[in-house]
Amino acid sequence: MKNTLLNMILVLGGISTVAAAGVGYVYKITEAPIAAAVEANKTAALAGVLPAFDATTPAELTLDEIPVTVYTATQGGNVVGYAVETATRQGFSGEFRLMVGFSPDGKVLAVEVLQHAETPGLGDKMGNEGNPLFASFKGRNPGEMNLAVKKDGGDVDALTAATITSRAYVDAVARAFNAMMEMTGGPKADAATGATATADAASGATAETTSTEQEKEADNE
Amino acid sequence: MNKLKIILSGIVKNNPTFVLMLGMCPTLATTTSAVNGAGMGAATMAVLILSNIVISLIKGIIPSKVRIPAYIVVIAAFVTIVELLMKAYLPELSKSLGVFIPLIVVNCIILGRAEGFAAKNGVLDSALDGIGTGLGFTFALTLTGAVREMLGSGAIFGHKFISGDGMLIFVLAPGAFLVLGYLMVAFNKLTAKIK
Repeated sequence: MKNTLLNMILVLGGISTVAAAGVGYVYKITEAPIAAAVEANKTAALAGVLPAFDATTPAELTLDEIPVTVYTATQGGNVVGYAVETATRQGFSGEFRLMVGFSPDGKVLAVEVLQHAETPGLGDKMGNEGNPLFASFKGRNPGEMNLAVKKDGGDVDALTAATITSRAYVDAVARAFNAMMEMTGGPKADAATGATATADAASGATAETTSTEQEKEADNE
Repeated sequence: MNKLKIILSGIVKNNPTFVLMLGMCPTLATTTSAVNGAGMGAATMAVLILSNIVISLIKGIIPSKVRIPAYIVVIAAFVTIVELLMKAYLPELSKSLGVFIPLIVVNCIILGRAEGFAAKNGVLDSALDGIGTGLGFTFALTLTGAVREMLGSGAIFGHKFISGDGMLIFVLAPGAFLVLGYLMVAFNKLTAKIK
């Protein structure tokens, strides 16, 4: 077709309209399945970190400018546990999100990694069965722990060659715990340093986190 | 042109990855495992076939000055459709390929075949070219992914054959360059006679 202005406008306009209609149609038919897939993902994560439950009530909170969702799980009206969808921005490759399950008395039941971009083979082991990070938390109440990796003087075993990821994991679990405590009104752990009331012991950890950037290379690769 | 030759050309003589060296970014980034490589290749192939067909159909009505924007609109529409379908029906794969699915829009293989082949040939030939080039790309990505997965994770298509870790560097970025480089050498050596 000739390169007249009218032709160009008509053809580009026509193609765009047809393309937009096509995309709109597919969006309409995939809207429900996509929502279902997201929902199924969340339900699976909830079921993975909680004991048997028949209902959950979500509550949205914001801690340190990071959105956190606390799901209160109940069975027959009794609270059987809390699942907290938490996140950290201190991962080796940016933000990652975890789902942490707590028993009603604040003990960690299970942790599922929802989404992450950590290094395959190093940081991504945080999602594996029986990794030392989760093993450090399992069955314990984060409020009674010194929340930092052992290298920083805390109680948590870090993943080998993935200290940054491990610190971020501790940060995310601490945030989950604090979110749950905010819901139930219990005493909090110090989320910024990841340390409990033992502020003196944790000061080392605070200093370390500021040097995180320089240590990144040496620690994780 | 011989129909079979069109398909074979995309796989061997004009293999987009090993010979033309197009679309290197998704090749290096998504081939951490054989499944990811195959998924990326299949998604690209779907877009390639559809866009080749449509561009070949509408090539007569597009004024030559606006042909590139017109192609991009067609390609972008198909990429969005493929992305939505993957999110709906293959959520796991769509999660692991992440941002590289929307980035198929700017994959130079697709625009290259639109401009270089579909704009000059009939619908059937264009579709066959899409199949051939798509198969070539899928083959290259799956092979690269399989080699990286075997060396890096000690697994193939997700099935582990050694306990413990492999050589981690092959799953990381430097391993992508190493594996791709050696595969290119091997591929060109093996196909030198055919050409």
